[in-house]
Amino acid sequence: MSDSASKPRPQYRNLSVPQILSYRLPLAGKSSILHRASGALLFLCLPLVIIPLFGRSVTSAESYASIQEWTSNPLCKIVLLVLIWGYLHHFCAGIRYLTLDLHVGNDKVTAQKSAGVVFGISLALTVVFGLKLFGAW
Amino acid sequence: MATHERLGTKRLVVGAHYGTLDFIVQRCTAIIMAVYTLILFFGFIFSSGMSFETWQHLFVFHVGALPVGQLLATLAFFSLAWHAWIGVRDIWMDYVTSAGLRLFLQVLTILWLVGSIVFFAKILWSL
Repeated sequence: MSDSASKPRPQYRNLSVPQILSYRLPLAGKSSILHRASGALLFLCLPLVIIPLFGRSVTSAESYASIQEWTSNPLCKIVLLVLIWGYLHHFCAGIRYLTLDLHVGNDKVTAQKSAGVVFGISLALTVVFGLKLFGAW
Repeated sequence: MATHERLGTKRLVVGAHYGTLDFIVQRCTAIIMAVYTLILFFGFIFSSGMSFETWQHLFVFHVGALPVGQLLATLAFFSLAWHAWIGVRDIWMDYVTSAGLRLFLQVLTILWLVGSIVFFAKILWSL
């Protein structure tokens, strides 16, 4: 007790940006931090992008059509695509957490596999919506 | 009993179980939003034409005199705001150690979300 009082323990705070970027997280860890990041992104964009866009889409046939005009700007398309990815990742990773809460697939191997499934489904759906957004079909 | 002996099932339970409530609310609101997302998605995809009319109909349809479309969207949005509050509050609690700054950010978060609710409700209920 007196030892620790006279000589404070060294603290290791590995919070510098290069250190964080050099972490090699397992797939489940990547899914987890992206779940948080996508949630924060959706929160920030809610009144700035998402609600105004919703308003245009439901108010009138003219405003509905004007969205197409708005998305003719490639920068708007990219913003929309990032938000679509954010929603899909948050959705898929969230469903994985709900199954984990029910004690389904909590062992190491299954949990890594389900994290892979989250990336597979959310990225595949992002590609599908992205192709639609960029007018591939 | 000394504090360090109150372990496991003998631990002293205090407070109003706010953490448990938040944990359950976060999951329940997630399920509500997931179900509503699927309703909107399949309601639009399997409508004839995927046009403005079918999209707007999802938010304005009535059952008798009840504005069910608007009610469902409002309930889903309340779920969203409550869910986002818990999630964003968790982020501040994890990364912001200064109590004053954290309180400021939490108040800002509430204003942001309540403002979003009003903004959304105004658009939805003037249809």
